[in-house]
Amino acid sequence: MEPIFAVLVGLFFAAAVYLLLSKFIIRVLLGVAILGNAVNLAIFASGRILRDVPPVIGAGLDVSAGPTANPLPQALILTAIVISFSFFSFLLVLSWRAYRVMGTDNTDEMRVAEPEGEAPPPLRY
Amino acid sequence: MKSLILRTTAPLLVALMLMFSIFVLLRGHNEPGGGFIGGLIAVAALAIYGIAGGVETVRRAIVFHPLAIAGAGLLLSTLAGMISILLHVPFMTGLWVTPSVLGQPVPLSSVMLFDTGVYLVVVGALTGVVLALEERGED
Amino acid sequence: MATFSAPADLSAALVMTPTPLVDWLVILPVAWCILTGAVLMMLRHRVRAHAVLAVPAPVLLVALNAALLAHVAVSGPVTMVVGRWLPPFGIAFTVDLTGALFALTAGIVALAGSVAALDDIDDSRRRYGFYPFLMLLMAGVNGAFLTGDIFNLYVWFEVLLISSFGLLVLGSERGQIDGAVKYGFLNLIATTLFLIATGLLYGVFGTLNMADIALKAEAAPDRIPLMTLTALFALAFGMKAAAFPVNFWLPASYHTPRIVVSALFAGLLTKVGIYALIRVGVMLLPMSLDRLSPMLSLVAVLTMLTGAFGALAQTDIRRLLGFLVVSGIGAMLAGIALGGPDGIGGAIFYALHSIVVMTALYLAAGLAARCGGSFSLAALGGLYRSHPGLSALSLMLVFSVSGLPPFSGFWPKVMLVKTAIDGGVWWLAASLLLAGFLTLIATARIFLLAYWRPLPGVAAVAAGEGPGCPVAVFWPLVALTALSLCVGLFPEPMLGLIRTAAASLIDPAAYIRSVFPQGLAP
Repeated sequence: MEPIFAVLVGLFFAAAVYLLLSKFIIRVLLGVAILGNAVNLAIFASGRILRDVPPVIGAGLDVSAGPTANPLPQALILTAIVISFSFFSFLLVLSWRAYRVMGTDNTDEMRVAEPEGEAPPPLRY
Repeated sequence: MKSLILRTTAPLLVALMLMFSIFVLLRGHNEPGGGFIGGLIAVAALAIYGIAGGVETVRRAIVFHPLAIAGAGLLLSTLAGMISILLHVPFMTGLWVTPSVLGQPVPLSSVMLFDTGVYLVVVGALTGVVLALEERGED
Repeated sequence: MATFSAPADLSAALVMTPTPLVDWLVILPVAWCILTGAVLMMLRHRVRAHAVLAVPAPVLLVALNAALLAHVAVSGPVTMVVGRWLPPFGIAFTVDLTGALFALTAGIVALAGSVAALDDIDDSRRRYGFYPFLMLLMAGVNGAFLTGDIFNLYVWFEVLLISSFGLLVLGSERGQIDGAVKYGFLNLIATTLFLIATGLLYGVFGTLNMADIALKAEAAPDRIPLMTLTALFALAFGMKAAAFPVNFWLPASYHTPRIVVSALFAGLLTKVGIYALIRVGVMLLPMSLDRLSPMLSLVAVLTMLTGAFGALAQTDIRRLLGFLVVSGIGAMLAGIALGGPDGIGGAIFYALHSIVVMTALYLAAGLAARCGGSFSLAALGGLYRSHPGLSALSLMLVFSVSGLPPFSGFWPKVMLVKTAIDGGVWWLAASLLLAGFLTLIATARIFLLAYWRPLPGVAAVAAGEGPGCPVAVFWPLVALTALSLCVGLFPEPMLGLIRTAAASLIDPAAYIRSVFPQGLAP
């Protein structure tokens, strides 16, 4: 299973990096979303894919009856999904605001904070 | 939204979903479920209520500002972890009491308090987002 | 519920000895920040109530962190595992001297910022939630400094990042949104890189506990791609810390929010990246960091020089200071690249100095703008005559940030330059000195133009006239400057602490013993 996952993760990363290199925020945003999923898959694969038995201990038992899937990567991914989801929603709203305020989603034209052609500081007293 | 069917059924649906969200929260103790997923169900319920009856109705119904609810949840979760300071065990140790109510043992734990806090954080934070988006959709 | 009535014997997996009350100091700074942050969030619309809680909360935070530092200095690293599960299974908070020093300095800066915000942050911005965000930011910063679990470190990074987003867009002006877009995307990518590296590290070692990783990395076989992992960590933390060539988000965003927010960001956020690089690179993966050090030295030199040259070209004081933050990061990276007790110690000392002094410089810039009406060097002038106190403080800060005696910037520079010369890396020593010299030119230009020069075309304003300095900003500034002066005049206690801290990072035996008192768990 792991090699298939490795190839899949590689494809996800390639798509994400391609989108992240764009000038337009909306594409960068999509790239960020794909990047998050690529990382989650990578963590999942690095926790070793064992069995499709959920790591839940049955009623009346103290230890699970047989080998189960590794629960730790699942916990990590769950945390990472929650975090990347909240970040994605924040950045989505922020990008929308930026588009409304500046009238563009081209990062080359977003120069409000760093205006072009500023005069150099006074060189003499 | 001006759908009579939705407006009539929404209160029923919302009540059911809220009850189900609390069921999931309590079930999360020994079975799949818990505060996070329960909170999400509650947010879905409030979102439906907002679509049917408008954002103002939801704001009135939940009484407090969504972020205040999230703050209360955060407070509750942290305090639940701090209880263990009294018993000389590390932070966030699961502590249990089993009082008997009408002859039936009711296991209560600090873990449940923590989970309730998570539930409130999720409800507060996501309701805030959902209501803000719905408000924008209305105008 | 059968599981409930007959619990299994779990004593082998649990902490069975009662936890002494003093160990709670490990968790209390973080818990306290979250608690006050939560209460402030509930009171968000009661703006008057904020001030009542917002100053005592960081005061107690400083007290807790000071107590923690004293405890750690006396009895070595302290560990508390969450939920009573023994490490490496339970999430551990482990504090050593490095973490405690960083946490205390961060607490002091937060207190200064919180007091200064009484004046700088108006009611409408408080209603947006300045103080709740500040306390949650401090929860993230303290959590990052105090945790002993690498995934937990990632979570604290995200906590501080999301709070910093909130602080950055407070008030949502055009420039702020522009800056926040760049800040937000690049920092999100940096934490995602950190997450990738953490996932791969878990895949290699099967554990996330730092002490456990340090033990296992020592005995790791050669086929494990530790070098790749270390490079990924270095890239992720370098991006957070604004190292060249991934530093351009910092000067693009740090000048956009309110000046108190800029001051806190400049003091705290990049140093968390440096701290994480020291913790993960030096303590967990020292062998591969050694092999990476030529690369790291090059990055350090370029970071120092781009920062210093960038500062020379700026007219806006806040942007100039943004470049100086970057330049300081270069010096810290140089220390990490040099390695050894003095190199790492120099990096830690420089980071602590930079936390205090960069915050103070931004606060001073805020006061200069308040009194002189502008952040632009072209428009400012005459402050020396109208505000002598502020001018004296600014001159002291100029000396401190440039690494001149008798201020706190001098000693880490000495340590770093001496280590570089002793190690035969003369070009690193030369660039450290050159960057210090360029920093002096850039900051002295602020002093010359904004303070010393009589304002062209305007009659001179005598002392005591013109707009007054708000006391709520002035006294925190005095305190931070005095702190820098005191450490510069009496460096011995600080140097002693830092030498011990660096030594225990290079040889983490005490750290590991604190996590696994009975030897490694099965």
